[in-house]
Amino acid sequence: MTMKKLTPTRRHCLATGTALVVWALARPAHATSDDMTRALKAYAGGSLIQEGRVKLDIASLVENGNTVPITVTVQSPMSTTDHVTAIAVFNERNPQTEVVKFALGPRAGRASVSTRIRLATSQKLVAVARMNDGSFWSHSVDVVVTIAACLEEEV
Amino acid sequence: MAQTLIKVPPTARAGEIIEIRATIGHPMETGYRPGADGKTLARDLIKRFTCHYNDELVFDAELFAAISVNPFIAFHTVAVASGTLRLTWEGEYGFRHSESVALQVV
Repeated sequence: MTMKKLTPTRRHCLATGTALVVWALARPAHATSDDMTRALKAYAGGSLIQEGRVKLDIASLVENGNTVPITVTVQSPMSTTDHVTAIAVFNERNPQTEVVKFALGPRAGRASVSTRIRLATSQKLVAVARMNDGSFWSHSVDVVVTIAACLEEEV
Repeated sequence: MAQTLIKVPPTARAGEIIEIRATIGHPMETGYRPGADGKTLARDLIKRFTCHYNDELVFDAELFAAISVNPFIAFHTVAVASGTLRLTWEGEYGFRHSESVALQVV
């Protein structure tokens, strides 16, 4: 009787254990919104990141996640006394939170940079700019991706 | 050597803001993608891109795995004097490629 009672319990434990291992192994390898919050905090060094002054230009509906054009423009006179010193872009659900980090200065004349990025899935993107006065400004955009990057095999 | 495509206006007025558009042929292998044999392909990325204007650093970019194959970067600079713009890409496995473009300020 005792054996009969014990067996299902043991089985249950084993099944739960196996399920946990399977979950741990099959867990999708991508960053989370917590990772992005952490990355933003680290980038700003604990300073407050305010919304505004930055414009992250990206299509809200992306058909192909392999090459997504983005442009980040910051409102700034780019003078020696008032300019942007750095711009960074972060994502929420790619395998890695960082996308790109730019360093610039008054020699740029205009705080506007463009590149092409990969997006693993629909997610939120944040562009952050650091000014020479130490303030941080940001703009976030939610993007829907229909064909994800990283899925195709080697060609 | 890697193939590059650089667009810089050949001439500019002093003080004019010019746009520099640069593309380089590179696989930008993320290190997250499986190959034909099912094994993950080794990471091979360009990690840094810089622009020196008459040997002075005017633009610096740190690239991560999210940057697409054949990285494209566009940025601006103020045309201050005639000279050269030196664009440099640096990556893993000692990858390094430099291109110089002449700029005439009139």
